[in-house]
Amino acid sequence: MADPILTMRGLHVRFRLPDGELHAVKGIDMDVMPRETVAIVGESGSGKSQAVMAAMGLIASNGWVAGSVRYRGQELIGLPHRRLNRIRGEKITMIFQEPMTSLDPLYKVGRQIAEPLIHHRGLTSRQARPRVIELLRLVQIPRPEQRVDAYPHELSGGQRQRVMIAMALANDPDILIADEPTTALDVTIQAQILELLKELQTRLGMAVIFITHDLGIVRRFADRVYVMRRGEVVEEGPVRRIFSQPSHDYTKMLLAAEPEGRKPPVPEDAPALLDAGNINVVFHLGGGWLGGEAFELRAVDGVSLSLHQGQTIGIVGESGSGKSTLGRALLRLLPCEGAIRFEGRDLTTVDLRKERWVRRELQIVFQDPYGSLSPRLTVGQIVTEGLLVHEPALSRAERDRRAIQALEEVQLDPAMRNRYPHEFSGGQRQRIAIARTMILKPKVVVLDEPTSALDRSVQKEIVELLRRLQEAHRLSYLFISHDLAVVRAMADEVIVMKEGRVVERGSTEEVFADPKAPYTKALMAAAFAGTLDREAARAVAQQP
Amino acid sequence: MAQTASTGPAALSGADLPEAALGSSLWRDAWRRLRRNKAAIVSAAILILLAVASIFGPMLSPHPYDRVYPQYVRVAASLEPYPREDRIIPAFASAVSRARVEMGAVEVDGSTVRVPVSDDEPLDPRIVRYVDRSDLFDHGRIENLSADGRSGVMVAEVTRLRFLFGTDGNGRDLFARTLIGIRISLAIGLLASWVALAIGVSYGAVAGYFGGRVDGLMMRVVDILYSLPFVFFVILLVVFFGRNFVLMFIAVGAIEWLDMARIVRGQTLSLKRQEFVQAAEALGVGAPGILTRHIVPNTLGPVVVYLTLLVPRVILLESFLSFLGLGVQEPLTSLGVLISEGAANLQGGRWLLIYPSLALILILFALNFLGDGLRDALDPKDR
Repeated sequence: MADPILTMRGLHVRFRLPDGELHAVKGIDMDVMPRETVAIVGESGSGKSQAVMAAMGLIASNGWVAGSVRYRGQELIGLPHRRLNRIRGEKITMIFQEPMTSLDPLYKVGRQIAEPLIHHRGLTSRQARPRVIELLRLVQIPRPEQRVDAYPHELSGGQRQRVMIAMALANDPDILIADEPTTALDVTIQAQILELLKELQTRLGMAVIFITHDLGIVRRFADRVYVMRRGEVVEEGPVRRIFSQPSHDYTKMLLAAEPEGRKPPVPEDAPALLDAGNINVVFHLGGGWLGGEAFELRAVDGVSLSLHQGQTIGIVGESGSGKSTLGRALLRLLPCEGAIRFEGRDLTTVDLRKERWVRRELQIVFQDPYGSLSPRLTVGQIVTEGLLVHEPALSRAERDRRAIQALEEVQLDPAMRNRYPHEFSGGQRQRIAIARTMILKPKVVVLDEPTSALDRSVQKEIVELLRRLQEAHRLSYLFISHDLAVVRAMADEVIVMKEGRVVERGSTEEVFADPKAPYTKALMAAAFAGTLDREAARAVAQQP
Repeated sequence: MAQTASTGPAALSGADLPEAALGSSLWRDAWRRLRRNKAAIVSAAILILLAVASIFGPMLSPHPYDRVYPQYVRVAASLEPYPREDRIIPAFASAVSRARVEMGAVEVDGSTVRVPVSDDEPLDPRIVRYVDRSDLFDHGRIENLSADGRSGVMVAEVTRLRFLFGTDGNGRDLFARTLIGIRISLAIGLLASWVALAIGVSYGAVAGYFGGRVDGLMMRVVDILYSLPFVFFVILLVVFFGRNFVLMFIAVGAIEWLDMARIVRGQTLSLKRQEFVQAAEALGVGAPGILTRHIVPNTLGPVVVYLTLLVPRVILLESFLSFLGLGVQEPLTSLGVLISEGAANLQGGRWLLIYPSLALILILFALNFLGDGLRDALDPKDR
């Protein structure tokens, strides 16, 4: 076998924090062969990104690195900046997770792609231009001759990620490091980008280090896998073996972490709680005081649904499909046209300032567990805020008691209620957000991507918690998500949305077993392609 | 009864919890970070010291800030007490000579001065007033009065006075006046900043949160006020209401809240898009609740920082106004007034400019360092 192109030996990364030292990477060994795709898999905080950042000399100023990283025999750790720069950006390049922010909005994309060419090869921008167009063609951007002069905001998320890839490929690198390159993208775009990376790799013969938390991608894409947990490599091996015979418990847990089980069906005679007919949400954009062209954005276009007691309707769609807008419109958090009836009462004409019960019985849980909790309030204050509005007569002790109850219900230690949100992990925060809605004993809860920002294993717990709460309180959920696996585990009925319209609806089983609309088929293919024999993997994972 | 029942368990659980369960609030984090910033801590100590000195110093000082010493007009700053030895005899002689009596040679013995005096008529005991009236002497008396009362020895004690910072053109102690100046400047700085804070935060938060037409209207009002020339505005106020200490707060506060309102509005605009505000709306919390519980507390980080940078601005503004003669009224003074006088008397006495300026510089440096430290400590990006 050929010599490895990149080796890490005993790599340690430590960070100096106000609360002491964080040992992010604890002496890992790793090898990357030429033309090989290596995946580093782990959940958030496992140190998978930091290990690679350390190799690239991109550690934050409060961190330091020990150990050895060799590229073709040359030690990278401790290499002077100038010489390191000759390797990174030319021989080892990176693409990042967030295509929206990793391009500079002030420069044309052609100029940004030309940057590494100008810098490393000493070309002028005119000399670089043909190469830039060639690169854009390579990453399959249509009409590259025109796109080269586009600004980043003129491109979609997927196209921006393609531009990032073009930038990384500019100098024919030996190693391409992809740090969660598709996490921020919709599943169908994700599939295209992965396809592109795969194709480029075989064509250009580079090694790819793929950092991800998504095992589906790993299976489809990688040759070898390193599984990391808390700064250590717990398992490594060829993809096939990791998926068919995982030896470490953590790997098994990751493989089995997809939300399991199905929701028990609702009885036929369950009363309809929320009826919505022909909902339209139109945003009027532009056309300000000083003119400018006004136009209408029809975010939700004629959607109807009927939610029964104890039922969960999953609303599936990619970003911009109007699924979140629909959820908010149904709670009258956004103005909309159409009929909404809750328990027979017309919600569209209710004066929300007088009819407080609306805000009590219809609740919402948001996606971002970091943004949805006010950083200046304690957990106890956050959880009981609704009580201040809806039960103002409660004494402080009574509210405190209710907070303890609610926190216990979501399996958090009630002693934590005097702490502030920033001390909690993402999963714990989402539990706090759920406790905040549950304390009011609502009837309908809109769950707006409640699991999307969480690790798989945490997702599983939250899904189980939500299902348990639903059973205990006969709640009705409107479950908004782009994650089909989670929807399958949660919903009785699925509505697939695209550009504000319903493209397909039906019972969860029907839709997943036999999608009718081409868009649904594409979604399913993209989401489950990497996990075709996942059932087999699960069977293995469940073995002792 | 209900009150005790309701506070009981809460108080208990708070006391029973271990330190870790109480959590570290953002403020405690900020304080920990600030404590590591030496410049900021030293600055805070200096400010506290200056504030305490300016409050209690004038009470303890031997010289009231408005006491005029006619014999000590514009004497230089010195650690040595006044009067100087060589000035005692001529001063005593000139004081006694006003009594129009014959006098012999003046003798100085420690802090006692004596001179034999005689006259054609019996000495009037009231002539000691001429000596007592002087700032240099005290306890004037006539001793060894002869039987006919026509001669005796005029005796007086020398009053030794220290003027650490010298005296001004009217013979007032500059040290006491500088302390008063610090007091007034800090008071105006803090109070006007609080005025700006109160108006600016509530105005900006309301405008930003409600948005739309309300925002447009409220911010246009701010724009109009911005376009008023500040000095013109102050002159108008002075013309209508006369020179007045309170007017300073109003004038400075009325200008400075505009910046604050803009800062808070900007913060609010980004805050109200945050999910926790939307979550509160979905819970049915009304606008007042959202503003007081969610918006305002979350703007406080940048606001506190701006406040520490605003205080020196206000002090400078007040100094500027006082320098122009629109500020506080004599005999009350402020650092701006003192510096203005010092600048006018630069040739007569450098100390008149140096000491008040040093005090102002010290305050401004300390406030700026503290502001920088607070900004670093409260910056959420660092977290």
